Amino acid sequence: MSEQTLLQMEGIRKSFVGVEVLHGVDLDLRAGEIHAIVGENGAGKSTLMKTLAGVHAPDEGTIRIDGQEVSFHHPAAAQAAGVGIVYQEFNLLPDRNVAENIFIGREPVRAGIVDRRKMERETAALLEEVGEASFGPRTPVRWLSVAQQQVVEIVKARSLNARILVLDEPTAALAEGEVELLFTLVRRLQELGVGVLYISHRLREVFALSDRITVIKDGGVVKTLNTAETNQRELVNLMVGRELDGYFPERGAKDDLGDVRLKVSGLSTALLRDVSFEVRAGEIVGLAGLQGSGRTEIARAVFGADPIADGTVEIDGKAKRFKHPRQAVKAGLGFITEDRKAEGLALAQSISDNMLLAVRTVMPSRKRRSTPGLMTVKELAEVTELRARGPEQEVRFLSGGNQQKVVLSKWLETQPGILIFDEPTRGIDVGAKAGIHDLIRKLAKDGVAVLMISSELPELIGMSDRILVMHEGVLAGELPGGASEPQIMELATGSAEVAA
Amino acid sequence: MSTENVAASGFGADEQDRGRRFLSALASTGTIFILLLILWVWITILNPTFAEPGPFLAYLKRSAPLVILAAGAYFVLVSGNFDLSVGSLVTVMVVVAARLIEGEPSRTWPVILLLLVIGAVVGFANGFISTILRVPSFITTLGMLLILNGAVFWWTGGAPRGALSDNFRSIGRQGIEGIPWIEQLPWSVLLMFAIGAASVLLMRADFGRQLIATGDNERAARLSGVRVDRVRILAFVLSGVLAAVAGILLGGFGGVSAQVGKGLEFDAITACVLGGVVLGGGRGSVVAAMAGALTLEALFTWLNLQGISGALEDTVQGVIIIGAVGFAAYRLRGAR
Ligand SMILES: Nc1ncnc2c1ncn2[C@@H]1O[C@H](COP(=O)(O)OP(=O)(O)OP(=O)(O)O)[C@@H](O)[C@H]1O
Ligand SMILES: [Mg+2]
Repeated sequence: MSEQTLLQMEGIRKSFVGVEVLHGVDLDLRAGEIHAIVGENGAGKSTLMKTLAGVHAPDEGTIRIDGQEVSFHHPAAAQAAGVGIVYQEFNLLPDRNVAENIFIGREPVRAGIVDRRKMERETAALLEEVGEASFGPRTPVRWLSVAQQQVVEIVKARSLNARILVLDEPTAALAEGEVELLFTLVRRLQELGVGVLYISHRLREVFALSDRITVIKDGGVVKTLNTAETNQRELVNLMVGRELDGYFPERGAKDDLGDVRLKVSGLSTALLRDVSFEVRAGEIVGLAGLQGSGRTEIARAVFGADPIADGTVEIDGKAKRFKHPRQAVKAGLGFITEDRKAEGLALAQSISDNMLLAVRTVMPSRKRRSTPGLMTVKELAEVTELRARGPEQEVRFLSGGNQQKVVLSKWLETQPGILIFDEPTRGIDVGAKAGIHDLIRKLAKDGVAVLMISSELPELIGMSDRILVMHEGVLAGELPGGASEPQIMELATGSAEVAA
Repeated sequence: MSTENVAASGFGADEQDRGRRFLSALASTGTIFILLLILWVWITILNPTFAEPGPFLAYLKRSAPLVILAAGAYFVLVSGNFDLSVGSLVTVMVVVAARLIEGEPSRTWPVILLLLVIGAVVGFANGFISTILRVPSFITTLGMLLILNGAVFWWTGGAPRGALSDNFRSIGRQGIEGIPWIEQLPWSVLLMFAIGAASVLLMRADFGRQLIATGDNERAARLSGVRVDRVRILAFVLSGVLAAVAGILLGGFGGVSAQVGKGLEFDAITACVLGGVVLGGGRGSVVAAMAGALTLEALFTWLNLQGISGALEDTVQGVIIIGAVGFAAYRLRGAR
């Protein structure tokens, strides 16, 4: 690692409508360094990166690149200065091919027309540079997996000569197996002398990848550490300001299990074949599988969001076939979707409107007032450890993790008997994650039947009473809670069938 | 916000920020009220009688149909659709009323009931075609506009026949008499405030919250159990019924002609946009949309006082609608 300082940020302050969220942050990045940034939801990590990328102008403070003071008033200016940023939501055009996406807005021109050959040649060279061979310049982006799209985003930043690359929660959208792909790519860039700022809530990754770690809390830097000289425990302590035990909540006892609440038999859809399972009151059933194995499809079919071709769904012993999610909500189901921006939230509406959206569809306000146990918006915020300014704040201004807590609140308010979680802690910080795990277990103890989809195997193993594993639209097998990661991966990749 | 507030979970800084929040809310949706006030003051400077009760009430009375139409347009816009058919629907109301009433006062109330039903049915048709049959509402309601125009022409043979009764006209013209200081409180103004209040309540109720959430994110709303097609159809029905009400008022104001409603759909949409309603749905308040209508009407008054001819009004309106949408887009970009 070279010791040359590439980027120096000093005393960065930033306020939104009079509220300061960054209180003078210092950060430096060396060439060829991977510098991780960790901190709780809403600590200001993304905001700090946006001041670097020219999305928000800092109110105070200086940014120096190669010792030169810079100030960006537009993302394009930051790009030109060598800052590349990959957001969690990609900005690629699905109907264009890889080369077109990489050169969008600056296509090489010859004799007045776009020089496709040159574009494709240069794209091929860029892909080769990072060792990507699974797709080419002409592949339409629509065909690419999330992980591959991410590679395109990074290569695009690289083609703009980015020497500083910001990755904001890059693995949140990836499945377990795809993470290695990203790591290889990031390490490759590191060798090329690129400085990488890496934001993540997954400490395992941070330790595997980074050279240094900066902990941010409440808009200020707590400490910058050398990765080799610290450990997970110290880091968590710095992040949340208290000791976390790192254990999952205790599983329920066998005789705590109640009646079967959800029973699925022979479920088939466009993507699923003959899936059968049941979930009892008080039980947490984990659903494992690779990206595209049909986990989310099960949830959507049960919930009435997608049509069912064949099979039956029984709720509390009664056969149901929901034609609209509303019927599912009425029958006591809740569904925490994996993509909160596209399917979980109405972003321009207030926290309170989002929290009440589901309950409003099934219970008139008169009845709500007389129903015991319904929480107020304020109570929901406390239970989920939400951090926000007030119930009227628009959810688009919340940090990613806090948005997830709003989605969770929405379903808690309907007092469901069956809850389906699709990636419940995606983008959630370590402290709040433990809080959400406790909450899920507590819901189960209170008699809720929980079906939990997660790509994070430690979470799935630690939380589930039983684990179902999907493989290519078929239920590949069932494992007891506490099964090992290799056991799950064997079923998920289909290699167990071969062995058997 | 101080550090302690951020650190505590739940809602931080709620109390201290209330004042600031009010100010920022005013800054985002309140621009229209400031603009309206400025116009009122300016008109008063040009023509001091404007601020007297009589002329001011006359201005409100004149504005009432557009304010009511703007409320209807708001419901449709905020759910993510357009309703371009309200102008020709207003014309249908007046023409049908004249032909069926033929100056006979006893027919007034049954005919009014019929008009409201026609408004609801046309709204329902717009909604059904746009949601269940998935024809984009822009096309559906543009088609409806043409259909209604053609129907009026066919039915009247070019020149409307019949006449309105006096009691029909009195709704748009008369009011409660003998009130001190203002002398007469026009029915139309009363109706305007009643519809305004009802619209505000409706938007605060479960229906309104579901409607705006649908316009913001249809998929999330559906997965939360909102019957998105149904709330959108209802928005069209409201728009149709409010167009009927506006038509009844306009029938009283002017004569019977096949031109009464011409261009009103654009006036109503301009009013909403001026009030900060974002085309595409999910953003804006109904009060601001109605204030937008009052502003637009004040602007026309101001143009008159400046001696700018009526023909230029269209041009001005065109500039406003582009300017207002551009301003909204700029503000949203800034907030990201
Ligand atoms: N455009 C904005 N307007 C108002 N407040 C904002 C805006 N953007 C961010 N904030 C606030 O700034 C704070 C920091 O948010 P930020 O997104 O930087 O957090 P984060 O550290 O990235 O969290 P997470 O881990 O959840 O992604 C939050 O309280 C958030 O509500
Ligand atoms: Mg973030």
